[in-house]
Amino acid sequence: MLSLLERWLKHAALEVQEYVRLTRAAFHGVYTRPLYRHDIVEQFDQIGAGSLTVVLLAGLFTGAALASQTGLTLDQFGARPVVGRLVSASMIKELGPVLTALMLTGRIGSGIAAELGSMVVTDQINALRALGTDPVRKLVVPRVLAGIFMAPVLTVISDFIGILGGWAVARFQLQVNSGLYWSSITKGLYMQDVWMGLSKPFVFGFLIVTIACHVGLRTSGGTAGVGKATTVSVVAGSVAVIAADFFVTQIMIALLY
Amino acid sequence: MKTQTAAQTAKQILAEAGAPVVMFDHVQLAFDEKVVLQDVSFTVIKGHTKVILGASGSGKSTILKIIVGLLKADAGVVWVNGQRVDQLSEQDLMSVRADLGMIFQEGALFDSLTVRENVGYKLYEETDMPLEEVDKRVEEVLGFIGLAEHIDKMPSELSGGQRRRVAIARAMAFKPSIMLYDEATTGLDPITATTVDEEMIKLRDLENVSSIIVTHQLRDAFFVAEHMAHRDANGKVEVVPATPQKERQAEFIMLRDGLIIFEGDADSLRASQDPYIRDFLS
Repeated sequence: MLSLLERWLKHAALEVQEYVRLTRAAFHGVYTRPLYRHDIVEQFDQIGAGSLTVVLLAGLFTGAALASQTGLTLDQFGARPVVGRLVSASMIKELGPVLTALMLTGRIGSGIAAELGSMVVTDQINALRALGTDPVRKLVVPRVLAGIFMAPVLTVISDFIGILGGWAVARFQLQVNSGLYWSSITKGLYMQDVWMGLSKPFVFGFLIVTIACHVGLRTSGGTAGVGKATTVSVVAGSVAVIAADFFVTQIMIALLY
Repeated sequence: MKTQTAAQTAKQILAEAGAPVVMFDHVQLAFDEKVVLQDVSFTVIKGHTKVILGASGSGKSTILKIIVGLLKADAGVVWVNGQRVDQLSEQDLMSVRADLGMIFQEGALFDSLTVRENVGYKLYEETDMPLEEVDKRVEEVLGFIGLAEHIDKMPSELSGGQRRRVAIARAMAFKPSIMLYDEATTGLDPITATTVDEEMIKLRDLENVSSIIVTHQLRDAFFVAEHMAHRDANGKVEVVPATPQKERQAEFIMLRDGLIIFEGDADSLRASQDPYIRDFLS
């Protein structure tokens, strides 16, 4: 029993060590040459433009459902006209960043882990190294940059579409006047909320991509290993996003409010 | 008086015929409890062929990975082109790898890139060579291995033998002086395997490339060791039986459980009375 625990702890420590090493190498690769510019552009397109549909749909339906649910609760206090305020605050501070990040974990995290994992088991990573290319610079750096910078952009889009979905429900189901809906949003929104909502996706984007790259590059055991790496990447990425959400929220509350 | 640096002296020695381009000196490697290589020592001479034979798991591919620096030996010294690769960092290994071409088992082609992009990968990505020149070189090497018409195909559209040949083209595109073949013919039918063998021979004899061939395919090992490429007066390339002098330039190593149990030429290998070798050859 003790040896099992010892082995588990050693394995966990090794994973953390390798994750930190990869992250450090990726940061080093950002500001030193060579920088594979066309790979960076390609990843911005794949992670950013490629995730747009799923993020738009998730944002739209989340905002709409949120308006329906809060409308029911607000009716009990006769406060239906402030539904926009609740929708915007929830979307911008919490649901937009977290749901966008979870969508990205499913779409991007799994894709990266599967792609890099396949490259490992088919010796393509070794072939890259043998051809004089550092896999971290070629594969990890472009993905990390794209993850860090595209997650906030997608979150802002998701927030806006969510508020729009909320407006559709408020206007046509809850019969709230459009002007009232939009004015309650602007009145109820503070800069602190915006900072809170904008800071989170940077952290989430970084975590999703670095975890996926780490898991993908440590794949072993053939095609079964690739499947396992994909699952681990999604599970670890999702848990990391939710845990990081709590900690970033605490830090931002302490700093801004 | 001008003093020479160590690098200049090494370069001068390596330029001479008969210079050692790869040297293993008492190399050992183990993964946890499993010993992979035990006290392995050998030398590869410039322009010669070293064929490493052995059963699966005997440590053959590990030797190639140590030469390229993909794995580090636990003990011993490894020299490649005058540099001690066992002591170099990943960054410093890049200069050693610039002169090494490696063909992996199954080819290890980049499946998201076309044949053209695969073959020219190093030149496109890691050099400042103008694109027109890279394209010209890619077309030249694909012509050399007879796959020019497949230049715009994806690796998934090629047969197994074609993929191996594209892998050879990718490794030779940047004109390395040493080629490492890791089971380049395993899993191929005899006719396709012979085509791949002939590419290895042509590369060795026409481009003066030193070769290390890891295989357990005896037929291919002896074919490469006992044939040579010859260009006739009309410029036509033929693969013909090797002269005795050329045959002696191909040496065999037999590995068993990470230990060298035989080293010598094809005739000595055939004449060996070691029961394991006799079993292996039968």
